[in-house]
Amino acid sequence: MSELERHSYDVLVIGAGGAGLRAAVEAREAGLRVAIICKSLFGKAHTVMAEGGAAASMGNVNDNDNWMVHFRDTMRGGKFLNHYRMAELHAKEAPDRIWELETWGALFDRTKEGKISQRNFGGHEYPRLAHVGDRTGLELIRTMQQKIVALQQKDGKQYASMESNVKVFAELTITDILKENGRVSGAYGYWRESGAEVLFEAPTVIIATGGVGKTFKITSNSWEGTGDGHALALKAGANLVDMEFLQFHPTGMVWPPSVRGILVTESVRGEGGVLTNTAGERFMFNYIPDVFKEIYADNEAEADRWYVDQDNNRRPPELLPRDEVARAINSEVKAGRGTEHGGVFLDVSKRLSAEVIKKRLPSMWHQFFELAGVDITKEPMEVGPTCHYVMGGVEVDPDSAAAVGVPGLFAAGEVAGGMHGSNRLGGNSLTDLLVFGRRAGIGAAQYFKSNGKNPVSDSAIRTAATRIQAPFDREGGENSYALHAELQEVAHNLVGIIRTASELEDAITQIADIRKRSANVSVSGGRKFNPGFHLAFDLDNMLLVAESTAKSAILREESRGGHTREDFPGMNNKWRQINHISSFDGVQVNVRQQALPALPKELFDLFDIHELEKYMTQEEIAKGGTN
Amino acid sequence: MARMLKLRIWRGDSTDGALQDVQVEVNEGEVVLDVIHRVQATQMGDLAVRWNCKAGKCGSCSMEINGKPRLACMTQVAAYGEEETITVTPLRAFPVIKDLVTDVSFNYKKAMEIPAYAHPDELAPGEARMEQIDVERSQEFRKCIECFLCQDTCHVIRDHEENKKSFAGPRFFIRIAELDMHPLDTLRNRKKTAQEEHGLGMCNITKCCTEVCPEHIRITDNAIIPMKERVVDIKYDPARWLGSKIRKRDGIV
Amino acid sequence: MSGVFSPSRAKIKERTLRTDKWWLQPAITFGVLFSFVIYATLRAFENKYYFVEPLISPFYSPCLSTSCEPGTALAIFGQPFNNKYFGIGISPALFILIFPLGFRMTCYYYRKAYYRAFWLSPPACAVAEPHKKYTGETRAPLILQNSHRWFFYAGLVFNVILTWDTILAFRNADKEWGHLSVGTLVFLFSTTMLWLYSLSCHTCRHTLGGRLKHFSKHPVRYKAWTFVSALNHKHQNFAWISLFGVASADIYVRAVASGAITNFYFF
Repeated sequence: MSELERHSYDVLVIGAGGAGLRAAVEAREAGLRVAIICKSLFGKAHTVMAEGGAAASMGNVNDNDNWMVHFRDTMRGGKFLNHYRMAELHAKEAPDRIWELETWGALFDRTKEGKISQRNFGGHEYPRLAHVGDRTGLELIRTMQQKIVALQQKDGKQYASMESNVKVFAELTITDILKENGRVSGAYGYWRESGAEVLFEAPTVIIATGGVGKTFKITSNSWEGTGDGHALALKAGANLVDMEFLQFHPTGMVWPPSVRGILVTESVRGEGGVLTNTAGERFMFNYIPDVFKEIYADNEAEADRWYVDQDNNRRPPELLPRDEVARAINSEVKAGRGTEHGGVFLDVSKRLSAEVIKKRLPSMWHQFFELAGVDITKEPMEVGPTCHYVMGGVEVDPDSAAAVGVPGLFAAGEVAGGMHGSNRLGGNSLTDLLVFGRRAGIGAAQYFKSNGKNPVSDSAIRTAATRIQAPFDREGGENSYALHAELQEVAHNLVGIIRTASELEDAITQIADIRKRSANVSVSGGRKFNPGFHLAFDLDNMLLVAESTAKSAILREESRGGHTREDFPGMNNKWRQINHISSFDGVQVNVRQQALPALPKELFDLFDIHELEKYMTQEEIAKGGTN
Repeated sequence: MARMLKLRIWRGDSTDGALQDVQVEVNEGEVVLDVIHRVQATQMGDLAVRWNCKAGKCGSCSMEINGKPRLACMTQVAAYGEEETITVTPLRAFPVIKDLVTDVSFNYKKAMEIPAYAHPDELAPGEARMEQIDVERSQEFRKCIECFLCQDTCHVIRDHEENKKSFAGPRFFIRIAELDMHPLDTLRNRKKTAQEEHGLGMCNITKCCTEVCPEHIRITDNAIIPMKERVVDIKYDPARWLGSKIRKRDGIV
Repeated sequence: MSGVFSPSRAKIKERTLRTDKWWLQPAITFGVLFSFVIYATLRAFENKYYFVEPLISPFYSPCLSTSCEPGTALAIFGQPFNNKYFGIGISPALFILIFPLGFRMTCYYYRKAYYRAFWLSPPACAVAEPHKKYTGETRAPLILQNSHRWFFYAGLVFNVILTWDTILAFRNADKEWGHLSVGTLVFLFSTTMLWLYSLSCHTCRHTLGGRLKHFSKHPVRYKAWTFVSALNHKHQNFAWISLFGVASADIYVRAVASGAITNFYFF
């Protein structure tokens, strides 16, 4: 056995998406030595997929906008389950984070006055999303990637090497966060390329690993979204909050497999796209909730007329809110009226001419034509709900992004919980990355300055090393690809968009069973760039995440945002006061209830009391906020 | 409907390797990355391939398909004949690591050699004003997804390993052009260093970079040639050179 | 072993694994350009059949030598060159062809075309080139490609002269105005294409606006740049069409001057 590769840093950032890179920049600017871990190549993180924009109340397009309006929108979107302090910090700091990017070279689209242009988006009262065409996420990640390079160039002038104080470790997976004396001491992992093991000695670790989509069969997330950070945090003794809340987008592509889950923009329906089942029935008319009957058409003739005359006709039911449409599609498929690939048809070809489709939906036309070989001007698209985003995540202190319960551990971005409550607004994720990425960097720097180094013990190294070697030592064990497929099936069918107690019980049993079998995964081939080996570790993480989600979901007996219980439809104001906290005891995930921090008076007073009555109990209203 | 596809995959590492024939099921509408994944899941569990977003947005699954540098997620199997064998190999301009995965660290080294954007000191965050028409040229180059197909196809380094030390490659020429055309960048010597340090003069504008770009960035016409012309302004045009000495005009320095 | 056969690269023995007809494009380019060069050389040395009232071949215009046929002189230039240097008779075409030839030789599009088709550097994308060493356009003689803009300016002068020739072609053989012949149309086509070729040139695009950092401060030049940018998309097409245009104008003049055909007049 050759000698173990060791690195020593002040801060280790796991994840090189928006949050991780922003944290790294801040930590370096505070004078720390920083290592950045990416699971794939530098600059490929899932942040690149974000299209719409980054929400910040700069007021460039409508000067009535300010942080208070943004805060209100965020709380409403999250159905008031958000951690108020996170929503407050986010709304207050988002504009500065966007402007800062501009000083690093980002080029957003402009207004006529030369300011950063802002666009409208669902749930935002004013045009608020800074954007670059439909590739805002790419702009964000590239800007920060280049900012990291700028910092390295600065170091290069001062020190021996450009990489002396910030180094990117690309294609490296972290398998364990190490602790000594109850505090973080480093992390252990392997190079994906060679399979060789690496030890990072670092007293502070920032987790910024993104989402968990790969737990589900259909997702818009890439292979990296395997909940690594969620699982690492759990195993290190941190908590996850509200893991039952997952955002499903109603229309993702479902076939062929390469594109399964990729988003089909809402504007397809806005332009006249019609949803039908395999019987050819336009089924959305059967799913109009009573509260919407006034504004949505109950017959095809009227719905069709709406496209030409919106004043005298009611809207077509295809334009119901996202969760309603997602649930409807889900019900049709469950009732056996879906396509063989588990979707329904979305058709624009019958209503619009080929030219109009190509003109109004150019990116969709290209997406289907180039990726799926489907010409949407001639044939219908096959669509179904796709797992998009996890609102739940590591429980953190809002101001410092420190993980509760583990000194030295921090979390930011999608992997952190609380900010978005039960449902995230479009555009809030990109600014979430920036605001809390920066705060995590500051938090880590402050922690490091007062606590210093914390050496890793040999026994901790041995334990971590044994875990990595294990799948190679087993023979004829389970295949990680097959187990992953099984888990995705269970998660999709039983913990998916609509849940019931009996299915969730079933899921918990089945997930436990897969987890038991996963302990016996064996890997063929060597250590060198072996995806079967990589998946074995990702699988372990996804299993913990799925368990946490299923166990939180079965407890929450209401429907709110990204959690829908068929057996408990509707919101319950009592449940709004409760967070579900997952922890790991080494054997299984345990979920307990914890009180959601109450709104302080100054934030409480930002809302109309009648609005709060919809979400809060009489006692809460009577109190009028804390302090 | 499903049919069997003949696929030849290069397998090996830096010491040795060869093309291996496999037969794999393919469904309607599938791309090359799908069938590679199927081979991986059913026949070669340890087949190494890079990929991320599977939607042509991250630029990870770069490889050569029937000899052409392409993104596997954007290459329809149906684009080839039913009887045709599809050959996939790793990028041939970079050192191979294993199977379809190459060591692209060359590109990240080059990225570190391009001086970063220099924001005007006097402009605090939020004070910048830029017209849309002034940012559009640079925005085109910022569409780059860093798939490095242009770097792979460029004969300057593909066919001449020794040029790697003195040549940044098309991806970084568009980066230099982006910064040189950035309305607020204050670094003044980008044209000179493009020619003298990053090897702009090595490019003989044969346009292969433009041909392979999955983002359809007009690398040669909009970045490399304009940069070559800007270099002429400062280095090879006596009249302009003289003019720039006498009065510093917008766009010359 | 270098290039794709370098020790660190994937061990593949083929120079390329492309299965399409990648050799076709360079082969056609080679064939056409080579034919044109042969034809132009022969014509330049032929020193006859280049003028028949009112048409002068673009290969010989402006005709600046004392040996030029009567009636070919342009007033502003006169005919300053003696036809005898070093005791050898020199064709008047040779005094001027260097300019249009230089413009095309240093043109960013033609460079691509002949580097690929003649130099095989590379013959096609992802097809290994045969050369051991490569230094691009960093040293002599290829560093002279940077003189493109001077040839561009010269090309503009020639375009003006050929435009004048085209205007003169609206006359009949007796120099009376208001006539239109097949020759007029051939010249109109050739000259229009030459203008489009020059205007769509990368140097033109750079000069008009490309070199600016802030378009917003120069609205007129931005408009011009936008227009030229649109033309620039088609630069390759204009390069070829204008080449055929010039050749056809010369062929037509030669055919009429040699008496093979007569210039048909519509009116």
